[in-house]
Amino acid sequence: MSSNEIPTREVARRVFAQEFNDAGYTFKESDDERAPVYLLLPTGERANRVFLVGTLTEKEDVGEDNEYWRGRIVDPTGTFFVYAGQYQPEAASALRDLDAPAYVAVVGKPRTYETDDGSINVSVRPESITEVDAATRDRWVTETADKTLDRIAAFDDEGNEYARMAREHYDLDPDEYKRAAIAALESLEQADELSA
Amino acid sequence: MTDLRTHAAEIADQFSDHLDVSADEVEERLESLVTEYRVPVDEARRSVVNSYLDEAGIERDELAGGGGNEQTLLNDIDEDEMWVDVRAKVVELWEPRSESVAQVGLLGDDSGRMKFVSFTTSELPELEEGKSYALGNVVTDEYQGNFSVKLNRTTSITELDEEIEVGDDSTSVEGALVDIQSGSGLIKRCPEEGCTRVLQNGRCSEHGSVDGEFDLRIKAVVDDGDEVHEVIFNREMTEELTGIELDEAKQMAMDALDTTIVEEEMRGDLVGFYYRVTGPTLGRYVLANEVERLREPADAEELLIKARSM
Repeated sequence: MSSNEIPTREVARRVFAQEFNDAGYTFKESDDERAPVYLLLPTGERANRVFLVGTLTEKEDVGEDNEYWRGRIVDPTGTFFVYAGQYQPEAASALRDLDAPAYVAVVGKPRTYETDDGSINVSVRPESITEVDAATRDRWVTETADKTLDRIAAFDDEGNEYARMAREHYDLDPDEYKRAAIAALESLEQADELSA
Repeated sequence: MTDLRTHAAEIADQFSDHLDVSADEVEERLESLVTEYRVPVDEARRSVVNSYLDEAGIERDELAGGGGNEQTLLNDIDEDEMWVDVRAKVVELWEPRSESVAQVGLLGDDSGRMKFVSFTTSELPELEEGKSYALGNVVTDEYQGNFSVKLNRTTSITELDEEIEVGDDSTSVEGALVDIQSGSGLIKRCPEEGCTRVLQNGRCSEHGSVDGEFDLRIKAVVDDGDEVHEVIFNREMTEELTGIELDEAKQMAMDALDTTIVEEEMRGDLVGFYYRVTGPTLGRYVLANEVERLREPADAEELLIKARSM
């Protein structure tokens, strides 16, 4: 890549909360200080950005001197934690203004931090948080199940570099995420039956 | 015939109406540039043509194609300043933004579509939308990797009895709208003739400080989880997508004493939802002609069958 080429925008991966929270390993693909940081997904993909839709169930200003909003966003497999402070003014003001519960869409960057007991927590630093509707949430669930299943199907492919990395860095079974994806899809079907 | 001889014959032919110049003479000049001065053939041709233009006291525009033009498909045009003949249908006519422009719009043939411009000074008969024409001696133009054709006073326009089939070069992208880029919402464009550049802080990068004209547009990013697509919605599509019309947007900006409020409002309405956008591609952009919000989720049942069989 020549240096004056416009850097391409990183794609927003679709990943369920369970798999996202299991990921703790981050890496860069170049020595450049400004090179993008990727979170390694256990199903074998790199994620510098994610797009998620779920139910905002709680929000809290956990900041001391400055506002620092934490939101819990729930999908069929678990909970995403989203943190927005003064450097994410739009997302922070969106969280301030939203009333839980609400369906929200989040575009953001994965962030990891090590807790006192040495485990790695994964959260989302949002670029945007917007209120959406139930149809959009359902569409995201099927889309994310689809992408997750595609990654699992390609996990044993020869030359799947990120699957190789996932085997090296995680002791996790991709089949677990297949079961989660199936359960998520079934939850949509059941909701259909209930409303029918 | 050598390569140079071919070029020489073409050039001599082009100037046959204006100068008494033989192919031999042209070839000699080309030969001298190419072999003695190591000038590439293209550049040599250009330089020789220019010197004859000077000699004849005419503009490049007035030069006859000499029948040496190639009949070209729009999609094959990949070079600036080529003289070509095209057979195409007028797909769309746009409102010219400048008095020097007589007509501007889209031509189409079965290979694709391309912008065309004709200028007032060329005094050409008007093209009609939906009609097909043989256009002789048009010249190609390139701006930031995008090609167009310019009609000029030597262009021959013949209406065709048959209708040219227009190939569908439009693409359809589907995904979540994940970002609206700056320079969206209520913008101002440079009012200089033929410019239309978007102003930054009241300044045009070409014409400096100008009194801009308001317009609406959205530059959005549609992301399907594997690929990102940049999409441009023009004023009409922006109004359709957001329900905010230009006058309303101006009022919003006036009330807030800030034009960026329009972009913010649109961001809140659009980001996070799924869309299917259809339209031609221009460089790295998709120019939206149709847009639809996707309200139905994909079929979960079908996916379940796929998952359970894995």
